[in-house]
Amino acid sequence: MSRPRRAAALVPAVSAAAALLAWEAIVRLRGIPPYILPAPSLVVQTLWNNLDSLLLSWLYTIKITFGALLLALAGGVALASAFALSRTLERALFPFAIALQVTPIVAIAPLILIYVDSTTAALLICAFIVAFFPVLSNTLIGLRSADPNLQDLMTLYGATRWQRLRWLLAPSALPYLVAGLKISGGLALIGAVVAEFAAGAAGRETGLASRILEASFRTEIPKMYAALTLVALTGIGIYLASNALSRALLGRWHPSGRS
Amino acid sequence: MSARIELAEVDKRFANGVDAVRALSVVIAPGQFVSLLGPSGCGKSTALRLIAGLERPSAGRVQVGAAPADERIEVMSYVFQEPTLMPWASVIDNVALPLRIEGTALRPARDRARQALAAVGLAGRASAYPAELSGGMKMRASIARALVTHPAVLLLDEPFAALDEITRQRLNDELLALWSEQAPTAVFVTHSVFEAVYLSQRVLVLSGQPGRLIADLPIALAYPRTPALRLQPQFMQHCRNVTEALECGQLATAETRP
Repeated sequence: MSRPRRAAALVPAVSAAAALLAWEAIVRLRGIPPYILPAPSLVVQTLWNNLDSLLLSWLYTIKITFGALLLALAGGVALASAFALSRTLERALFPFAIALQVTPIVAIAPLILIYVDSTTAALLICAFIVAFFPVLSNTLIGLRSADPNLQDLMTLYGATRWQRLRWLLAPSALPYLVAGLKISGGLALIGAVVAEFAAGAAGRETGLASRILEASFRTEIPKMYAALTLVALTGIGIYLASNALSRALLGRWHPSGRS
Repeated sequence: MSARIELAEVDKRFANGVDAVRALSVVIAPGQFVSLLGPSGCGKSTALRLIAGLERPSAGRVQVGAAPADERIEVMSYVFQEPTLMPWASVIDNVALPLRIEGTALRPARDRARQALAAVGLAGRASAYPAELSGGMKMRASIARALVTHPAVLLLDEPFAALDEITRQRLNDELLALWSEQAPTAVFVTHSVFEAVYLSQRVLVLSGQPGRLIADLPIALAYPRTPALRLQPQFMQHCRNVTEALECGQLATAETRP
């Protein structure tokens, strides 16, 4: 890392540390009781004390989130490719995709939980529904936004469909797909957590949402914060990972990678 | 290797009602360098796309070699006004693309692409990405890609219009050198009288929309042509002739407009 980049990475770390310190100071100076607002130090302590159960839940939530994200990626790209090949198919199926997208997941989740026996499968479906639309719509736009002159060039040289897809359409769609994936990553986590709230805290295999619900029933505010911290950290991790992926895939040639 | 091009009574009307080309009849001999000149929107690019088989004539016939243009039995290349390089691929892979489409394996395709890049003076930038090149270099890469297949027909659609005058003149010389080496039939669309005269054996002047052929002027200047030619009286005389034809055409078009 060069010196200016290291400095640039330091800025958000410093601002986050400052915010945490201010939080801690306000709680201590004002004497705010922990059942209203726990100090960051207490949240960390609670996290440490409940590490076993929280880590298991965390792993479960991560499993649902990334499972859904992978499904969204595969499903979104496959459907977008099919739509790119056939306008008729797109007209026939796109309304369903939009209906799934605009209906709030909290409203669908209870039904899916009734229809699907396995809670894990139901949560996976919910998170998938939320996450797949950005991948679908972005990839579709990407596939359709290939440079028309390069399209002509492919025609002029008599490229096959497969050559056109491999050498022109797929690389043209990649920046759009990556942008969609950045959105879908966050949405998959939201979908996983929201669906679990709808499912309620039950069963052995449960995620962070169930820990938050449990803690709220018992008014264990510090534990709610501890679970919430893990959710937030997961989201930040997904964001950083998708940025890194974007740089690795587009770094050298796409304007977005050259900032 | 070069092919004869023939347009016979070609009309092109687009679905939106635009009348781009009307009753265009031209025969271009194999290996000839011809410029298409006319005001903007006169259908010169459409004429070029018709020859490339990228558009079908509404009426008439476009023949390249022994077959209609869109059957593409002859190897054709096209240079656009923009360099039109794939931003995600290195320069050498951009130049190798036509060979890869033809089915050449990666290694021999890259070898030939390297030769083509050397011919346009870009040997040292083979592994660069298009975004890392200047405008002139990108256009050189685009020309290398057009010539890597040794086309029978080379079509150029105002390739140097976006470049500065010095780069443009240098690229004109380089293009002529490459053309005389490979000797494809070359059709060059431009709106610069000087460029048309400097490059071609023959200048076809089109009227404003719809494009009609209003003058077919031979340029009797010997090759190789060098920058000094631009200052000579015969060159000036040819430029004057072409300019007059162009202005007559605009007058005629203006008169026929209601």
